[in-house]
Amino acid sequence: MGLRSTLDNLEPHFKPGGRYESWYALYEAVDTIFYSPNHVTRSSAHVRDGVDLKRIMITVWFATFPAMFYGMWNLGFQANEVLAATGGQLDGWRGGVIGALGGYDVNSVWHCFLFGALHFLPLYIVTFVVGGFWEVLFAMKRGHEVNEGFFVTSVLFALTLPPDLPLWQAALGISFGVVIGKEVFGGTGKNFLNPALTGRAFLYFAYPAQLSGDTVWTAIDGATMATPLGVVASEGMAGVTQMYSWWDAFMGTIPGSIGETSTLMVMIGGAVLLLTRIASWRVVAGCFVGMIAFSTLLNTVGSDSNPAFAMPWYWHMVVGSFAFGAFFMATDPVSAAMTNKGRWAYGILIGVMCVLIRVVNPAFPEGMMLAILFANLFAPLFDHFVVQANVKRRLARVQ
Amino acid sequence: MDIKDTLFRPVFKNNPIALQILGICSALAVTSSLQVTVVMCIALTLVTAFSSFFISSIRMFIPSSIRIIVQMTIIASLVIVVDQILKAVAYEISKQLSVFVGLIITNCIVMGRAEAYAMKNPPIPSFLDGIGNGLGYSFVLLVVGTIRELLGSGKLFGIEILPLVTEGGWYTPNGLLLLPPSAFFLIGLLIWAIRSWQTEQVEEPEFTIAKHTPVEESA
Repeated sequence: MGLRSTLDNLEPHFKPGGRYESWYALYEAVDTIFYSPNHVTRSSAHVRDGVDLKRIMITVWFATFPAMFYGMWNLGFQANEVLAATGGQLDGWRGGVIGALGGYDVNSVWHCFLFGALHFLPLYIVTFVVGGFWEVLFAMKRGHEVNEGFFVTSVLFALTLPPDLPLWQAALGISFGVVIGKEVFGGTGKNFLNPALTGRAFLYFAYPAQLSGDTVWTAIDGATMATPLGVVASEGMAGVTQMYSWWDAFMGTIPGSIGETSTLMVMIGGAVLLLTRIASWRVVAGCFVGMIAFSTLLNTVGSDSNPAFAMPWYWHMVVGSFAFGAFFMATDPVSAAMTNKGRWAYGILIGVMCVLIRVVNPAFPEGMMLAILFANLFAPLFDHFVVQANVKRRLARVQ
Repeated sequence: MDIKDTLFRPVFKNNPIALQILGICSALAVTSSLQVTVVMCIALTLVTAFSSFFISSIRMFIPSSIRIIVQMTIIASLVIVVDQILKAVAYEISKQLSVFVGLIITNCIVMGRAEAYAMKNPPIPSFLDGIGNGLGYSFVLLVVGTIRELLGSGKLFGIEILPLVTEGGWYTPNGLLLLPPSAFFLIGLLIWAIRSWQTEQVEEPEFTIAKHTPVEESA
């Protein structure tokens, strides 16, 4: 047990009175990644389980891997397609690495993956380092532990970013998300908004040119075109089906933010979350019910002036970030509703709001992010009513 | 009467926006450009000072049951005077401020000081109290306005400080700061900063979470 004894030898330095007392949070974080903490609950009500918050968060982190790796490949695939048409190459350090290790072949998985990794990893590393800095700073100052929720926040945040986002904007976004979205309320467990989405919403309003979602993101300067959702709003469904088949959109070979394009990969990761019961199936089901019901309603109502009314639910499901939001963002256990009925209401509200914003609001082509943040605000209210109804029912039984 | 205390206490120790959370509405609305902010600050400071002064001078004659209406009449008259002067002297700025000068009437700080201070104190201290609260308001507005205009459009008083990307410079403006909600975040951060420095301003928590039942008792 070399590692255990090394950690044990280091521990006294981090205890109160030790040399690195104020760094205890960081020591604790490293220690509990490798070993389960040896302190046990001392109060009456507790569950014996090997799974703690840390293991849960790591599981979520792993669950994003299908979407993440597929996203990297797809990012390179999309960019290489454009490059193959124009015959261009990348300059700078990315061009150098690609020249040394791969090339620009659209058909080579490795070439596409490398291209994508060179764009995604810097974004992710910046997000992780900057966000981690704030997390550790607050943990040290406030004396709470560094929470692995941050692993999830950083990876989810990075996956929602467009690949060509400047790194300083990613740093700014995650800072806002972690500090304003979470730490000012007291850290993990006390935030009422999803921190990753708070950070993205900040960027969305601060730098709409880079993030608004009406033109598509390919990691090449000047290669822009309308996103499926943008096309639906202007030309209707015919315009989208001309560009991509439903299968393309489901598999994810369309341009978009890094993690969101492939509905299939998101669903694989999401299935892990649902099977391990980390994500509430009621929330996910609620999202789908709300989305399907409301888009069907809009289809029936119809509109002469707004072609997006005719968008069927199975297209709503595969374009934009609906699936990613429903499986990974909406199910955040802290900011979602806590009661079972509340979860249904919360999920349905997200589904309805997402379609409503997409279809009816001309300013925002994509509505999933705003829909989830909106529903986050309502989650405590739903819980309140569910709890009150329960209290009322039980009181009636007593009398 | 401590003149210095009446004048400067509202700036940090008892700031109308940061501690009393009054006058937030105009702080959100007018701070996207510093020029407008400055005019608004001057207007509000003068209105608060003079309304406190006049209300305090007639405080013995105001029947308590209709005092709010009497106060409103005085405040409204002063606001109309300010509005007319602005229209005559600085028409462009008065157009930018549009309804907000008129809305000084409903600004919580003016009413709040009239009720809380001027009705109980002689005219001169009331006047100073009005100036002091105007300074406190101005302090917050100027900080917020400086950050919003500098980072939101790269300018201060309309003069370019950070050259924008769209005009060949290097600075990408932060669009969020031009939207009123950004002032909420900024004021929040400012309150955080002030309260970390002046720790006596930190409020008592409304409740504390009860401790778990110890094992011995539950068994």
